[in-house]
Amino acid sequence: MTSQATARRVAIAVGILALIAVPYAIGEVYYVNIASQVLLYAIFALGLNVLVGYAGLVSLGHAGLFGVSAYVVAYLLAAGYGHTLAIIAALAAGLVVTAGFAALALRAIGISFIMITLALGEIIWGLAYRWISLTNGDNGISVAARPAPFGLSLASPRGFYDATLVVFLIALAAAAIFVRSPLGAALCGTRDQPRRMNALGYHVWMIRFWAFMFSGLLTSIAGILFVYYNEFISPQALALTASAEGLLMVISGGAGTLLGPVVGAALVVIVKNVVSAYVTRWNFMLGAIFVAIVVFIPEGLVPGAVRLTRSAWRSAWRSAGRAKSAASIAGPKP
Amino acid sequence: MTFWLLLTVNSVTFGGLLFLLSAGFSLIFGLMRIPNLTHGSMFMIGAYLGTTLLSGAMGFTVNFWLAAIIAAVEVAILGALMERLLLRRLAGQQLAQVLVTLGVSFMVADVCLMGWGGDPISVATPPGLAGFVRVGTAVFPLYRLAVIAIAVVFAVLLWLMLERTRLGAMIRAGVDDPQMARVVGIRVSQLFTIVFALGAGLAGFAGMIGGPILSVYPGLDQDMLPLALVVVILGGTGSLLGSFVGSIVVGFIYNFGQALLPELAYFILFLPMVLVLVLRPQGLFGGQVL
Repeated sequence: MTSQATARRVAIAVGILALIAVPYAIGEVYYVNIASQVLLYAIFALGLNVLVGYAGLVSLGHAGLFGVSAYVVAYLLAAGYGHTLAIIAALAAGLVVTAGFAALALRAIGISFIMITLALGEIIWGLAYRWISLTNGDNGISVAARPAPFGLSLASPRGFYDATLVVFLIALAAAAIFVRSPLGAALCGTRDQPRRMNALGYHVWMIRFWAFMFSGLLTSIAGILFVYYNEFISPQALALTASAEGLLMVISGGAGTLLGPVVGAALVVIVKNVVSAYVTRWNFMLGAIFVAIVVFIPEGLVPGAVRLTRSAWRSAWRSAGRAKSAASIAGPKP
Repeated sequence: MTFWLLLTVNSVTFGGLLFLLSAGFSLIFGLMRIPNLTHGSMFMIGAYLGTTLLSGAMGFTVNFWLAAIIAAVEVAILGALMERLLLRRLAGQQLAQVLVTLGVSFMVADVCLMGWGGDPISVATPPGLAGFVRVGTAVFPLYRLAVIAIAVVFAVLLWLMLERTRLGAMIRAGVDDPQMARVVGIRVSQLFTIVFALGAGLAGFAGMIGGPILSVYPGLDQDMLPLALVVVILGGTGSLLGSFVGSIVVGFIYNFGQALLPELAYFILFLPMVLVLVLRPQGLFGGQVL
């Protein structure tokens, strides 16, 4: 085992331990809940990043996918079905709708892809908002109780955090495996050189389709966690603003990096909660941060920080090297 | 029978409004290759600015039509500024440009909420057009007929501008092939500013004209933007005829859907768009594949 691999393993273990320790370190219920929100939105952002970062397809309709699974859970629970059935049905519905989204949106790439996903997201939102006999319209649907898998209650903030953390770690591992798999590599190929990939014999459409499905799966999981976290779902969670927030998480953290969306989710959730405690103008902030990031650090915070520290290191190293060479020139004076 | 007739007139009226909104959207898309996600915001700002002028809050009162024209000019200036100061910095990066327009649309929505409050503002029908026209047993609001007339006049003016003037020829050249247009000496980046301002101004004008029908409220932008999107996907980008036909079709579907199947109105609205995407991706009249 190389030292680099060892270092990576140690870093992963430390990271997981730190995440487990979070509720013990902060204690207060309010902040534990915010930590849960960060993790569930991180799963959403991981899913969106598969498309935005690795497939190069920017979706503005993902809040619709997020909402489908959330609504299915809420609707089935309200109709008196059990948690297991509700969750399985929600995942199935999420995947079916994702397949529909993919079949329509993947007819195009680039800007047209954005427009189609935006329109599809608006359809889902419109249904949630207007199909009142099914979705209860603007009043939303309440969920009576959180499930208790294996007898562990999720009712307390800490219990819910732990469950969300487990799901998050699985999602992160799945995303990591996906990205490093041949399919992930092929996906990056279709992002950078779709025509060459096609000429090499790859089925570009099919690769994008499976990426979309994986993205939809993660998004649906996040939607289920969301409805259990809030114990409530309303059309607000499906609005264009929600899709844009997800996109902001991905591009602020760094699209096409594994941990970028996680950092972005933490940033957006924390800023949103902190800012809304002081000013009520969250939407203005959202828009302003969006514009600032796109104009000034388009590659996102994580790669941006890496670039800045690297160039800082390099210049420091260079000036040190210059000093050393200056000394060596000055040195051998008799 | 009267019900159907009235619904038809309402549909055509709404189609006319949509045309004023989406003609600019379509031209901007055709020329700059980006969907301007602030287009709904421009519609809403125009309506808010117009109502403010109309209410006399500025210290003087103007009549409805002057208010609509001033609001349109103001929104056009805003559009030009946005193109020059923000989108120009990101020239050639279409994705970044779309994201910037999205960000600006959120900022605009919040600023309007701050400035004009959360309550809907109703706009009085301009005096002289508040009456009705009686045709047999049916009664039509005069203002709605006037909106149809305005939309037709603007359609003709825009068509003349695009087909018969030098500027229009340059815009058409830019839509068809920006690189070649540049090579033959057309300053395409300057056209961007002009078309962006023109589209924004038209949207602002439509917002005020639509005021007496739709009133003005927070969220109006998010209601109108998807409609413009559907019109352009239906009609094809950069095509005036496409946005005209698309607007009328969407006007009909929207009004009939609202009246007959209110719960599924949104779904029905997007259905033809999905069909067009599947069967004819370049839109009904568009030259380029979307």
